[in-house]
Amino acid sequence: MTQIFAYIPFSNGVAEDVAQEYPTAAKKIDESASLTAIVTGSGADLDKVANDMTSIYSQVIKVDHADLGYPNAEIIRKALVNIIPSDAIFLVAHNTFGMDLGPGLSVKMDSAFAADVVDFEGIDGTTLKAVRQELGGAVSTHVTVDISSGAVMTVRPGSFAPVEEGSAGGSVVDKSSDAGDLSTKRKFLEIVAAEVGDVDITKSDVLVSVGRGIEDEDNIEIAQELAEAMSAVVSCSRPIVDAKWLEKSRQVGTSGQTVKPKVYMAMGISGSFQHLGGIKGNPFIVAVNKNPKAPIFQVADVGIVEDILDFMPELTEAINDL
Amino acid sequence: MEILVCVKRVPDTAENEFELNSAGNDLDRDDLVYSVNEWDNYAVEEAIQIVDKVGGSVTVITVGDDESEEVLRREMAMGANNGILLSDDAFEGSDGKAIAAILKAEVQKGNYDLILSGAQADEGAGQIGGMLAAMMDYPYASLVNKIEVGDGKVTVGREIEGGNQEMNEMQLPCVLSIQTGINEPRYVGIRGIRKVAGVDIPVKGTSDLGIDAASVGEAGAKTKRVDYFVPDTGEGAEMLEGSTDEIIEKLIEKLKAKGGL
Repeated sequence: MTQIFAYIPFSNGVAEDVAQEYPTAAKKIDESASLTAIVTGSGADLDKVANDMTSIYSQVIKVDHADLGYPNAEIIRKALVNIIPSDAIFLVAHNTFGMDLGPGLSVKMDSAFAADVVDFEGIDGTTLKAVRQELGGAVSTHVTVDISSGAVMTVRPGSFAPVEEGSAGGSVVDKSSDAGDLSTKRKFLEIVAAEVGDVDITKSDVLVSVGRGIEDEDNIEIAQELAEAMSAVVSCSRPIVDAKWLEKSRQVGTSGQTVKPKVYMAMGISGSFQHLGGIKGNPFIVAVNKNPKAPIFQVADVGIVEDILDFMPELTEAINDL
Repeated sequence: MEILVCVKRVPDTAENEFELNSAGNDLDRDDLVYSVNEWDNYAVEEAIQIVDKVGGSVTVITVGDDESEEVLRREMAMGANNGILLSDDAFEGSDGKAIAAILKAEVQKGNYDLILSGAQADEGAGQIGGMLAAMMDYPYASLVNKIEVGDGKVTVGREIEGGNQEMNEMQLPCVLSIQTGINEPRYVGIRGIRKVAGVDIPVKGTSDLGIDAASVGEAGAKTKRVDYFVPDTGEGAEMLEGSTDEIIEKLIEKLKAKGGL
């Protein structure tokens, strides 16, 4: 029988949403697989999360150690290698922790690795079929994963339907004593909180958000004029911050701000999953992009194939004339 | 400080509209524009800046075909001192583990204090750095957006959710995957590339590296890409068409209805 282990990330004693998504992923791998949640940490927060997980998972493993108080992937990897059976399938969210943990864990467990999986299509013998994306989401691919000696896979948060909490009636098994040597060559120091900017984009009902399509720093002004006409605020995608054209506090995405506007104007934004991960609350999304194949058109409510540098000034003028 | 930077030649996502080939199982690669992976430029820039401060050298390395030499030369034009091309027909179809194993074979021949890669490349896996580190038993950190070099150690910032930064102290040698935005990669002009056009770039294959050909490439891969496809995404956006004036008129009506105006 396929054994699947799902790593539960949490903060402040609350499991991340992906904890409710793993069971769907596991069923898509193998309907009859056994599924075990694994939670690592220290103290009361860990106990609370482990306990919470018994409503979703029939089996929950907790690993409690003072050195696991901060989720340092290098240390957690050592514990997992000692606790997870080497031929099992191990799932972890494709977030900044999972990206840190997964590749190295697959080497130490001598198992196959697949990253950022968005769907599974079942097992045939020892071959698991999975779906991934490449080239910033422009194309999808099927990959086969040889699971004969186990697999480590990171799964994209939000890709698998969440299951309801409530009925699993699971129990917690304490495997803290199996963790083994947790010495490390990478020591966690501190978290430096994100800088607060001059504008709080999370408070705005309407965002005019610019991406690579803005092409030049001088063109930011065009977006600002549109935002002004709409009584909106300018936000942006990652490349604009990397280029230092706007400050980090205006970046929408998993590595930036999470916003919940009513209307989101995606101007020249291709729509990577990291960017879309920062847009919550199901806003009305308007996408303008000169590339008709831009992934943003798959998630937008309204799409317009135009060059934003031509389109935005005309839209601004039309709104000002109202 | 001896720094190795792992780079990759990839289809340029900013320059291409990706189409499937007529068989529908691969990209139509005929007219694709290739360049160096965006993240790698930040890694090379960071390496150059570190060496400018503390001395040492920067070597860029890639696993690829003959055409990958051009990305090595581009990074050498930025200021990397040496290039190494790992190339062999047997490498074709390698999965992430095999690429990391090929790199490991060359890393063991050198004496590198710091190994950098881009946080991810065209396949979006972000796997090579972490695998190479685990194979070498070096410490690893992904998504690095700050590096401060100390004595036998580095202080490293990782970009984590919400724009926060996780600070770590790591012993050398170590492997770091570099996130975009850590620096501003320098511009490379035609002249810069011309200057390094004649520099010798050694090419190494399985026998030079002491690698069993059966352990890499398609044969050794546990994870294999079967095809490319464009998913059926349901309805998608309602596309507004017509003249720009007509589009704007329709859009304004919708924005009014949804609270955008």
